[in-house]
Amino acid sequence: MTTLLKASGVSFERAGEAVFHPIDVTLEKGKALVFLGPNGCGKTTLLRLLAGILGPAVGHVERFAATAFLGHLPGLKGELTCRENLYFLRRFHGMPGLEPNRALARVGLAGLGLRPARALSAGQKRRLGLAGLLVAQRSVWLLDEPYASLDDAGGELVDELLTEHLDQGGAVGLSTHQRQPRIQHPLSNLHMDRMTHGDSD
Amino acid sequence: MWRAMGALLMRDLRIAVRHGGESLMPLIFLFSVLILVPLGVGPGPTLLSAIAPGMVWVAALLASLLALEHLFRPDLEDGTLEQWWLGHLPVIGLVLVRLFSHWFITGLPVILFAPLAAQMLYLPNEALGILMLSLLIGTPILSLIGGLAAALTLGTNRGSVLLSILVFPLVVPVLIFATGAVSVAADGLSARAHLTLLCALLMLAVTLVPLAVAAALKLNIE
Repeated sequence: MTTLLKASGVSFERAGEAVFHPIDVTLEKGKALVFLGPNGCGKTTLLRLLAGILGPAVGHVERFAATAFLGHLPGLKGELTCRENLYFLRRFHGMPGLEPNRALARVGLAGLGLRPARALSAGQKRRLGLAGLLVAQRSVWLLDEPYASLDDAGGELVDELLTEHLDQGGAVGLSTHQRQPRIQHPLSNLHMDRMTHGDSD
Repeated sequence: MWRAMGALLMRDLRIAVRHGGESLMPLIFLFSVLILVPLGVGPGPTLLSAIAPGMVWVAALLASLLALEHLFRPDLEDGTLEQWWLGHLPVIGLVLVRLFSHWFITGLPVILFAPLAAQMLYLPNEALGILMLSLLIGTPILSLIGGLAAALTLGTNRGSVLLSILVFPLVVPVLIFATGAVSVAADGLSARAHLTLLCALLMLAVTLVPLAVAAALKLNIE
């Protein structure tokens, strides 16, 4: 098994207080890892840490492949059309993937290429964010609540995209508390607990 | 690396074009100042030509400040800023690109319209070249220093007042050397010393500011 991302003993501190206990995470080719836990247990923080947006307070993260991060914020420019947003992402992240029009069709937004991104509904914005994953090839996907504000068909779409990505030798780390991914690939769960004050040492 | 920087530059400029009127604000602002000043201090050529370098430069500084509030904030709020730290991207290069597009929108128009401004304020013709040269070297410094202040005040709500307070003391040397250069040129002397010092300030800012901006942005993302 090829390791695409490896974090050893990482933790993050806010105002001197650890957000979660030091944790080991390994993302391997063709495997998905699901982060589970109550609100405020640090799932988002851990994903941002793995993506490199945050620096760990202890431990270190090694990335062996390009990483994509899709969080609560869509990372899209409302002034630009859907297609312009995707063309930007395609050039910005190197390694071009799917052609933007095809990516739009793949996520069910065919025909909306010329619409400004700000005119999309919340669910459509999520779908556009997913299309952003497809236009630039990145092996590691870190998805924070990918099922949020999507309808049932959208949830199935996420599952399909995950399956295709894992088929192509990618790795996925995702957090969820609505719906478990329904995919054929090996799936492991990582349970996180909320930190109680005073047991950080 | 160049690909990502080019993509960001094209997107920033495209958004600036979409905003149209907002992007023209610095220029409109420059001319409002230049039209109001003669009304305030009197239209006599002697007085106006004496204060012309200072007025053009103060207008350039204020025009640069106008756009700073929106330099990084929209990107922080829509999540495009955090994507800069995904590991495979040159953050310092992206910071430079963003500061360049700020200069392109606020500094370049001022330089291009400086001859007109100089005419309106009776600036002696022999000083016009030096005025434009001083703006060419000096306005990028304004964008760099302003960008640092914008990155530092990103975490505060309505940081614009704080932003101005941070920027003004830091740009004092730029204003002194730039207006000094134009004044001595208007008197028929060589402005080389002033311009060289301005160049030194620009070099210092270009090398150090992007590092500081990247660090400040990272703090605000955490």
